[in-house]
Amino acid sequence: MPLDLIDSPDLDAGFREGLWTLNFGPQHPATHTTLRLVLQLDGEMVIGAEPDIGFLHSGFEKLAEVLDYNQYVTIVDRMNYISPMANEIAWHHAVEGLLGIELTPRCKYIRTIFAELMRIHDHLLCTGTCVLDLGGATAFMYAFNEREKIYEICERASGQRFHTGYTRVGGLLYDVTDDWIKMVRDFCKTFPKAYKDFAGLVMKNRIFVERTKGVGVLTKEDAIAGSASGPVARASGVERDLRRDEPYLAYNDLDFDVCCAQGGDCYARFQVRMMEMLESLKIIEQAVENLPSGPVFISGTGKEGLPDKTEVYRSIEGLIHHFENIMPNRQMPSPKESYYGATESPNGELGYYIVSDGDFKAYRARTRPPSLLHFSLFSRMIRGCMLSDVAAVLGSINIIAAELDR
Amino acid sequence: MTAATNMKEVLESKLGGVSLVWSAFRDQNRVAVPASHIAAALQTLRDAGMDQLVDITAVDMLEYPGATDRFEVVYLLLNTTSGERLTVKTHVNEPELKLPSACPVWFGADWLEREVYDMFGIVFEGHPNFKRLLLPDAFESFPLRKDYPVKGRGERHNFPIITRAES
Amino acid sequence: MATEINKQLGDNVFLTTIDAAASWARANSLWPMPFATACCGIELMSTAASKHDLSRFGSEVMRFTPRQCDLMIVAGRVVMKMIPVLQRIWLQMPEPKWCISMGACACSGGVFDTYAVVQGIDRFLPVDIYIPGCPPRPEQLIKAIMDLQDKIKKTGTYDAREFKLRILPDGPKRFDEDELVRIRERNGFKLDEPKYDPIH
Repeated sequence: MPLDLIDSPDLDAGFREGLWTLNFGPQHPATHTTLRLVLQLDGEMVIGAEPDIGFLHSGFEKLAEVLDYNQYVTIVDRMNYISPMANEIAWHHAVEGLLGIELTPRCKYIRTIFAELMRIHDHLLCTGTCVLDLGGATAFMYAFNEREKIYEICERASGQRFHTGYTRVGGLLYDVTDDWIKMVRDFCKTFPKAYKDFAGLVMKNRIFVERTKGVGVLTKEDAIAGSASGPVARASGVERDLRRDEPYLAYNDLDFDVCCAQGGDCYARFQVRMMEMLESLKIIEQAVENLPSGPVFISGTGKEGLPDKTEVYRSIEGLIHHFENIMPNRQMPSPKESYYGATESPNGELGYYIVSDGDFKAYRARTRPPSLLHFSLFSRMIRGCMLSDVAAVLGSINIIAAELDR
Repeated sequence: MTAATNMKEVLESKLGGVSLVWSAFRDQNRVAVPASHIAAALQTLRDAGMDQLVDITAVDMLEYPGATDRFEVVYLLLNTTSGERLTVKTHVNEPELKLPSACPVWFGADWLEREVYDMFGIVFEGHPNFKRLLLPDAFESFPLRKDYPVKGRGERHNFPIITRAES
Repeated sequence: MATEINKQLGDNVFLTTIDAAASWARANSLWPMPFATACCGIELMSTAASKHDLSRFGSEVMRFTPRQCDLMIVAGRVVMKMIPVLQRIWLQMPEPKWCISMGACACSGGVFDTYAVVQGIDRFLPVDIYIPGCPPRPEQLIKAIMDLQDKIKKTGTYDAREFKLRILPDGPKRFDEDELVRIRERNGFKLDEPKYDPIH
């Protein structure tokens, strides 16, 4: 850390000569989309930071009360928009937990592959923009180039690059084809080289290391008491990963390590994300090799899962099955209970607390947003840092404004 | 279930004769605590090992079949070392929509409580910086209540128009 | 076209060439001000990245200060808290300036017909090009920029006089369904609450 020109800034200072307020407004290149920080500065050192959020509050939770479980998945996509399918998987994990539905093995594996692809997707963007904010535009371009490959994989499965709306209650929108499997395998082959290029530019880069080591430290106690989760918590030493502790989907059968670091500073968070990308690649490789065959939709009493589209268009039973699942007054009833289902999204513990009143629509669906809690820790992390560290810390905690504000 | 019974014993011993309603649904344990004892309950649970607050949220039971209270405030707790989860529910009714703040227990409750106030209007006393979080300060209603329509009451279009000639 | 203005103003061959030259220069060096709020912002970043390179079209520099830009790309949903910010940034941009409304949410509110989201920024700002899609593909954004370049070349004037002619707001008329509901409520006329019906 550079020389301290002032000795221990008094955090509860009253009026002090030289304190000034800087508005790090909602429109700024380093604020990952719309959030606002009011910084109190003493020269270059940040004394206090008060975040002002809500510039992207769109009423997601109100919409949950109007749309049913299969329709809301399109909205849920738009929350953590840099890893859209992770939200869908989390949402349907919660819904299927509430409804007591057990998925087919093939569906579990495909969802696992997508969850891990989305983890790589998210971490590439987070690390890429973190480096971009600190000045390294080339690494950003490399990261985005890799993401394009993942966009193509999503597009092959569901038709959309982004905001796929791919999962359904009890299954997926379409089954995957053989060329999709081939695309995933090709991705697994090309990703290590791209990772090496990207990491080589950044990890031992002196400027990057000096700008992120020791900056924005979050202690382990603060991480636990402040409800941090995911890479932010793991970089502070909290060894908690929902994929290992509360396994869901196919994580029980797959072999992977949980990445933790000790420092709790920006560099540690960055390292955790880079390591997690390699772990995700390992998981994808295992899952793709062991992809079970079979149906993607559950077959039960008929009201749980949607039928295959070919059946819908070619047989009357398929059509009736589809009708029974889609029409609002004929769908399966849900238990009148509340349920909290959480998954390990790339950003942390993304959970949905769903209260149901018997309908196929949530009475209340609350998103537990990891970004909100991490951003509330920001004012603790930034104290004592310089103004130029604000961009580094903001980039490392991966705040996504839509998840923050919902 | 031993972990849950552990919490049950701890809470019942600490809170004495307060009527707690325990239930379970698909391996998730819930307890309903009356609003007057919620602060003590949360502090007890934190001391017994529930060191992380996962979420605070509220549900408006206005249109829920068979509900007796208007608002249900839900605290989701987690024990990071053992992985145990517990859901603590409490109920508040109008006109006194007040609860003691959980910030002294876990400081992560800070923004979560502000958001509950913003969306539902439930006031948390003892909060260090209590004001709206997501909506503009001038906003008057509490949107997630059931009596507030999805499309709002015209707040979203109350802004000046800039034409091409003026800009 | 510049020749029509010529007929109104009288013969001035020199003006035509300057107009055309100015419009050509402006069209091919549009510096975007990315007002990226949400998911469309990520597609905007993808368009600026190496696969669909936006800098081929002159948008080499994505300046984040409005004083240096001439094209504002509003990518993403705009909520009530953000609209004053958006308007202030629009007013800070110097003439000539254009606005692209990218994505369904900026054009009309998109999927979010809720209390918080503005149903289309053209209610409050003048918009030149609309891009539908949720989110629109990078190729759509590139096509929109090409369309804007055509528009500038065809209708641009040296002193940006075409902007002074547009005095009416672009967007939907002020009186709309929400207003009707409010009027009814105020008068105590009870109608069935217009429920958001996802099917019909």
